[in-house]
Amino acid sequence: MSSTTAAIHAGHPPTTTGLDHRKIAIWAFIGSECMLFASLISTYLIYKGRSRTGPFPHEWWCQATNATSATGPIANCPAGALYKPILNIPVTSQSTFVLLMSSLAMVLALAAVENKGKKGWAGPGWGGRLMESSKLWLLATAILGAGFLCYQAFEFTSFVHEGLTIKTNLFGSSFFTLTGFHGAHVTAGVLWLLTLLAIDMKRGLGPRDALLVDISALYWHFVDVVWIAIFTLVYLIR
Amino acid sequence: MAHEPVHRSSTESVASAEAHAAGEVHEHPTWATYKWVALILTVITIVEVWVYYIPAFVASRLFVPALLTMSAVKFVIVVLFYMHLKYDHRVFRALFTGPLIIAMTTIVALMFLFAKLVIRTG
Repeated sequence: MSSTTAAIHAGHPPTTTGLDHRKIAIWAFIGSECMLFASLISTYLIYKGRSRTGPFPHEWWCQATNATSATGPIANCPAGALYKPILNIPVTSQSTFVLLMSSLAMVLALAAVENKGKKGWAGPGWGGRLMESSKLWLLATAILGAGFLCYQAFEFTSFVHEGLTIKTNLFGSSFFTLTGFHGAHVTAGVLWLLTLLAIDMKRGLGPRDALLVDISALYWHFVDVVWIAIFTLVYLIR
Repeated sequence: MAHEPVHRSSTESVASAEAHAAGEVHEHPTWATYKWVALILTVITIVEVWVYYIPAFVASRLFVPALLTMSAVKFVIVVLFYMHLKYDHRVFRALFTGPLIIAMTTIVALMFLFAKLVIRTG
């Protein structure tokens, strides 16, 4: 949906740019968020590899001797003192996939709201009816977002059980701060989506409301792109 | 003269609204595009995780640049197609790319400042 159309549809007064102020505001907000996450990511990268004690993200660690190994378990380490690399890549890969799919659901929700009332825009049959349901796609996005948060809760809990807290070492401090901030953003996004879903259930969202959904979609996709960066920089690069 | 931009934008808005009312297709991508974007993002993610488990590749000098490139491609694809920046007004593009460039420059500058990145001469 073009911004100028949104301005007219939502009864927004004419502006000097011809653009809706709310959409300018969300892009400015996203721009400022870029700098917030840049500061958190750079803090993580600066502290990377400077922890004096484990557990470490990609290395095995022997607590008794403080020896580390990137290749495998450390020989002659007493039982109970050996810590494996703490990052669980398979689990995080799944949560990354879940978040990527939530972005797909979000664009479909926006398309459904923008095209509501247009006969047959999504094609014939049950597939078309499925595509036309903004409630379904908003709910799907919120569920996938909540699913991502469940993965994160599982990850944080398992880290604490394995001995890594925000106070343990520099890795723990920077990791929990960065991913915790991201998780807080996802939580806000899920609440936002549930609010839109409630409005949709109560009175229905149509083309007049497309800008409201567009703005929340921009926020949601931004949360997704931030995770794309975090997944590579924190989890995959050793 | 000062009111001219307002008048022009209002005219454009009315024209756009009329176009919308007439059922004209907007510049946004279609379902097929969204589907392909999702598929490409999934494939790139799979490749990223796959190369993480190849010790020879992890040890090579290509590992980090390859991961950064794949991540950048995913980032750009989402921003262009899902956030519609490819189709949206240039003001929005400037509002996003400006701070993004500042943010990336800050990260790189801090990496040099704390000796995480080093330029070797001689």
